[in-house]
Amino acid sequence: MHSSGKTLNGSEIFIECLRREDVDYIFGYPGGSLLKVYETLYDVNDIEHILVRHEQGATHMAEGYARATGKPGVVLVTSGPGATNTVTGIANAYMDSSPMVVFTGQVPSALIGNDAFQEADIVGITRPITKHNFLVKDVKELAMTIRKAFYLATTGRQGPVLVDMPKDILNASCTMDWPETVEIRGFKPTIKCHINQVEKAAQKIAQAKRPLLYIGGGVISAEASEELRALAIQQNIPVTMTLQGLGAFPGNHPLSMGMLGMHGTYWANQAVNRCDLLIAVGARFDDRVTGKIDTFAPQAYKIHNDIDPTNVDKNIQVDLPVVGDAKNFLAALLDVMPGTQENRDPWLAEINAWREQCPLSYSSEDNALRTEFVIEEVSKQTKGNAVVVTDVGQHQMWTSQFYTFINPRSIITSGGLGTMGYGLPAAIGAAFGIKDRPVVLFCGDGGFMMNIQELVTAVHHKIPIKIFLINNSFLGMVRQWQELFHQEKYSFTDLGSSNPDFVKVAEAFGCKALMADNPDGAKEAIKLALAWNDGPILVDFRVVKKDMVFPMVPAGGSISDMLLARLNPKTMV
Amino acid sequence: MKHIISVLVENKFGSLNQVAAMFSARGFNLESISIGETEDREISRMTIVTRGDDQIISQVLKQLNRLVDTIKVIDLTRQPHVERELLLMTLKLTKTQQHEIFELINVFKGKVVDIKQKSITIEVIGSPDKINTTIDIFRVYGIKELARSGAVAIHRGE
Ligand SMILES: Cc1ncc(C[n+]2csc(CCOP(=O)(O)OP(=O)(O)O)c2C)c(N)n1
Ligand SMILES: [Mg+2]
Repeated sequence: MHSSGKTLNGSEIFIECLRREDVDYIFGYPGGSLLKVYETLYDVNDIEHILVRHEQGATHMAEGYARATGKPGVVLVTSGPGATNTVTGIANAYMDSSPMVVFTGQVPSALIGNDAFQEADIVGITRPITKHNFLVKDVKELAMTIRKAFYLATTGRQGPVLVDMPKDILNASCTMDWPETVEIRGFKPTIKCHINQVEKAAQKIAQAKRPLLYIGGGVISAEASEELRALAIQQNIPVTMTLQGLGAFPGNHPLSMGMLGMHGTYWANQAVNRCDLLIAVGARFDDRVTGKIDTFAPQAYKIHNDIDPTNVDKNIQVDLPVVGDAKNFLAALLDVMPGTQENRDPWLAEINAWREQCPLSYSSEDNALRTEFVIEEVSKQTKGNAVVVTDVGQHQMWTSQFYTFINPRSIITSGGLGTMGYGLPAAIGAAFGIKDRPVVLFCGDGGFMMNIQELVTAVHHKIPIKIFLINNSFLGMVRQWQELFHQEKYSFTDLGSSNPDFVKVAEAFGCKALMADNPDGAKEAIKLALAWNDGPILVDFRVVKKDMVFPMVPAGGSISDMLLARLNPKTMV
Repeated sequence: MKHIISVLVENKFGSLNQVAAMFSARGFNLESISIGETEDREISRMTIVTRGDDQIISQVLKQLNRLVDTIKVIDLTRQPHVERELLLMTLKLTKTQQHEIFELINVFKGKVVDIKQKSITIEVIGSPDKINTTIDIFRVYGIKELARSGAVAIHRGE
């Protein structure tokens, strides 16, 4: 243990620990239990505190920052309502395995359990949605607890960790001991893959005639894109990615097949159906990917590499589990694979035929503005180099289809929880972390209203995010299900008569704003927005109201149930 | 199939809650759970009785391992082990049945821990199966109240 020798109070220890953890930003909101911390923060210059306007915003900002940079996001909120407001953001980070440390103030230790003013049992509330959480009981444990929290959040399968700090602990003093190393006996993640398993996998790959790489977000958090690219190209294996895996392999490479699953490409889903070897890396066979389990990749020998052993054989029984870090797995495979390979031309030709048979497309007959066009245009104008953040809904799925992701850490989106309201704060957080690439947000007119207050945060800090509001006057994704599966009863999804004038709203926040309602106008607006760097800019894209996202494998369905277009042309707009 | 799992956890606030919450959040069956300190005061031993097919049990074991406060998880089911449960039970006592009750207490190697005019409290120790049988047999004499400890189990020594 390294002792600084100085006596510090809990608040000073807290700040000193964040320094040692190399924290640049705290996304926070003050309150009674944190007054001492905010007193300390007043004179801190080397860590920037970003004042959000709602604690949920702080959590999504921290997650956006984490996903863009790979560093853990840090949140600081007060007890009671401050803490409960973080619940959705924590659950989101848990489902998407994002590294995050949330610090909550708590009522004084002596009052815990008494229904004290602004008391909430946040440790109890967040137990099932954190990787781990702590209540600090002694100021002498504070430094070690913070060290453990960062270690847990960033090691093995990443995730959110919460530290609850009672007010008296933040006021009490002790000499600070900074532990140089952490040892948690119940936490020993397997990083290195078992070589026997890797060798078996290599053998299977060498023999496969129709192999397919199925890549998830684990490859991105493990920073394993280079290894993936090397393996896929050397072995001539096509690559399909999950929503969180997009960008792990360059979308403009001939071996890239785009996303699989419910709104995946026709050819990726056909390839899953036909492959004789499926190599899942850092992916978890989520139901949005597999559809009906019994008919998922029915002909394939299945290899599954995941850092979290609980993911193996959870949703689907695999033939060869390989527990360990994705980077380690892919590098080890490259090590043992011979450079030669089976002739895979017939397989690639088969895939290309599917691609030609059913490409991603959209109507451009009328001069109407469509979401697909907007996204494709942004993709072209940014050359696939933007950090793209989305909210949840149709625009999110279209982003996965029509933006060509070239690099890892290019898509930031709520996958596991599907949290509307995620996009705006996540984009702001990403832009705090990444200054040399444009950060663009595609957001629905429904979801934008869910954390719209954070527009102030963006304006105040002159964050140059491009807010591309996909305004279809509908809760579009719900409308789509209503049309397809619920007798066209558009129950409470039409926002047309109640949406505000988004340009005026943005302007009232001090944000530059434009409107576009046709393709040419949209092109111009995108150009202007990408050139604008004096704070955020919003473009209100008035897109057609009733488009649907295709292909679509209905929930729980098989590839053979895939819908490729609207069935009933009379309802076309 | 029934499984008996022994889990060593950090002896601290919240460990039991973590485990119990995980079972309910994941929809696993939890027949009984018991916890107590071990020879090392920093470590507690939990004994969990659960049911499930092989796939579910394998998930249960992995999910238990994944909790940060669990140190070791052992499925004792297919290993040599001793399993015991404590039953405390108060029965109605009538003159006519008194004799039979005492005889049965002997059969089950039970002990009388308290006796009043109209009731008798006994303890029985045994495998959960034996405890089930005990309860079934005594039911006809009128059980006023009963408490079971849940199983505790340990590896058989070398
Ligand atoms: C917090 C939250 N509430 C409800 C939902 C259910 N939901 C999923 S998509 C969607 C519609 C989103 O509408 P909008 O933001 O306009 O995006 P669009 O689908 O039109 O692109 C809804 C309500 C959700 N995902 N998150
Ligand atoms: Mg909408």
